[in-house]
Amino acid sequence: MNGSTRQAADFLRSYDGAKIRLMEVCGTHTAEISANGIPSMLSDRIRLISGPGCPVCVTVSSYIDRLIEYSMSENTTVLTFGDLLRVPGSGGSLADAIARGGRAEYVYAPSRVIERALEEPDRSFIFGAVGFETTAPVYAMLLEELLQRGIRNVRLLTSLKTMPAAIRAVARLARDAGEPVDAFLAPGHVCAVTGTADYAALAKELQVPFVVSGFGGEELLAAIYALVKLRGRGEMRNLYPRIVRPEGNPRALEAVNRFFAPADAGWRGLGMIPGSGLLLREEYSSFDAGSAELSEDRPAAGCRCGEVLTGRITPGECPLYGTACTPVRPVGACMVSAEGGCHTAYVSSGGKGRKKEADLT
Amino acid sequence: MMVTMAHGSGGEETEKLIREIFAARFDNPWLSGLEDAAAVPGSQRLAMTTDSFVVRPLEFPGGDLGKLAVCGTVNDLLMRGAVPKYLTAGWILEAGTDLALLERIAASMADTAAEAGVQIVAGDTKVVENVHEDGGIVINTAGVGFLREDLEVSASRIRPGDQVILSGTLGDHHAAIQSARMRLDNDICSDVALLTEPVSIMLGAGIRVHAMRDVTRGGLATILNEFARDAHLTIKLEQETIPVSPAVRNLCGILGLDPLTMGNEGKFIAVVDPADAEQALELIRGTSCGQQAAVIGKLTEWVDTDVILHTSLGGTRVVAPLTGEGLPRIC
Repeated sequence: MNGSTRQAADFLRSYDGAKIRLMEVCGTHTAEISANGIPSMLSDRIRLISGPGCPVCVTVSSYIDRLIEYSMSENTTVLTFGDLLRVPGSGGSLADAIARGGRAEYVYAPSRVIERALEEPDRSFIFGAVGFETTAPVYAMLLEELLQRGIRNVRLLTSLKTMPAAIRAVARLARDAGEPVDAFLAPGHVCAVTGTADYAALAKELQVPFVVSGFGGEELLAAIYALVKLRGRGEMRNLYPRIVRPEGNPRALEAVNRFFAPADAGWRGLGMIPGSGLLLREEYSSFDAGSAELSEDRPAAGCRCGEVLTGRITPGECPLYGTACTPVRPVGACMVSAEGGCHTAYVSSGGKGRKKEADLT
Repeated sequence: MMVTMAHGSGGEETEKLIREIFAARFDNPWLSGLEDAAAVPGSQRLAMTTDSFVVRPLEFPGGDLGKLAVCGTVNDLLMRGAVPKYLTAGWILEAGTDLALLERIAASMADTAAEAGVQIVAGDTKVVENVHEDGGIVINTAGVGFLREDLEVSASRIRPGDQVILSGTLGDHHAAIQSARMRLDNDICSDVALLTEPVSIMLGAGIRVHAMRDVTRGGLATILNEFARDAHLTIKLEQETIPVSPAVRNLCGILGLDPLTMGNEGKFIAVVDPADAEQALELIRGTSCGQQAAVIGKLTEWVDTDVILHTSLGGTRVVAPLTGEGLPRIC
């Protein structure tokens, strides 16, 4: 541990100023904070809450339901990233659909989508393309390749989200609920693509600090330290400059802009947020498997993922947490993904359920 | 040449397959009669175990299914302090499997058994219809080992103050299989290995080994939780002391894997009396598969949690057993 990290650690451990609520809005931050044991290093006056930064967790049930329908359709195979198979829709999950004879496979990389399409040229493939600004360029490159190679048996069912409008919505919800978020850890990977201007503007608008952070333990500690120090100031700091440039990654942005246009998007727990998503542009609609109309969200009875995602309750305050809803048998999306708030809380409390988790937050 | 359904008929082709591919390589006095059961010399106390091996790909950097099928079962016997003696081998072959591949796997199995000092004394072969395009092989091995009268190695003997020694780096097998499946270009090799040398050296030197477990599926996190739960004690780990190779750490970063829940096939933990820990570590480090061994933690009275990790950053967190799938079928 170097000198400045030690200084930050000492400060955060002994902090006795006004209570402060910090939100991290990136699922990888959530997982790394937990893996490094950071909650144990903070004064109990500093509270970390996980925001809507796990793409699987914010996906609405109607999207999952549509993928399931496709998996049961004749001569059709759904391809997705692994986590998505286990996310419950309004009925079951894609994994359940497979058990009933549905066709869905998980892929590690979009290049596998191309391989599958070429292996079975007469079969129709639906690729479940979920993600944030970070994954959108990957889908753009896939589309580029599909076009170049003239592959016509792949369509995308997209659920692509963009962060700034969602952060604004979460901040307002929390403020209205009387528990405002005092500072935000800005998503490092997202900023590497989009740049930092949106976050500087949000900081000013919401009058709370934003710090762009990397993913190492020392980087996260430094970012939390900066946020506590900046409390009350509408300023943005970039503490991840080796990866994040103010202007982002122009090439990636260009690729995304070619294929996708900003659109309204439905978020689990947050509802419809104007301008918080991406849809395929009109001229590429032949690659779209009907993504636009999917905004309805009907989570399982009793599931409070929406409130967890917005920081209104901790995972332990959901009545299903650790009892009906566990990583082995998840009811809500937040318990599925290794980057989901409930999954992280469950694992970092040793799987002991509610009491332990409450102790650790 | 390929495996065909006729190889599983029980008729002439089956006999030819058994004689030419298996019996020729596993040859020993107890097997050579090809009787319905092998009659073997015994011992007062026996350790018995069985395991099935379904990994794909069948050959991977650092090993193959045949080597794995011997190491997995022999290591399980060693973990109880037994001297491994006999194995059985049950083969389930898919029609369409390349016979040259089958021969390589059988040869590797024979070599590993010879290295382990065990005899393959009985076997069975079945052929099933083709499932995978390129065929497939599943092996079950059962193992018998001789136990000393005066030696009890089990989780029930763990005491507060005991030290936890890990015999080397975590995650190599899992990372190698995952890389092969994703066709990633890296130098990661499976750690599949016999643990005969470090175990016999420790026990031979009279180290008070209270419990041992090989760190296979579920990873270190799962095994230590089992130990802690069975012993009603807490295990405290120091993250900085847990060895992980830079290449595996890098892959974990990219794929979001945790070395603590990844499978290994040539690593074990030994829970030893604190007075013997230093000598035990030295002995393990002197063996070919234990050069990076480390004391990674200790047992304490139960403090409300089974396994606690002191992170390199200076925090603490609970280490939970693996939940969900991790990744399917890596051993």
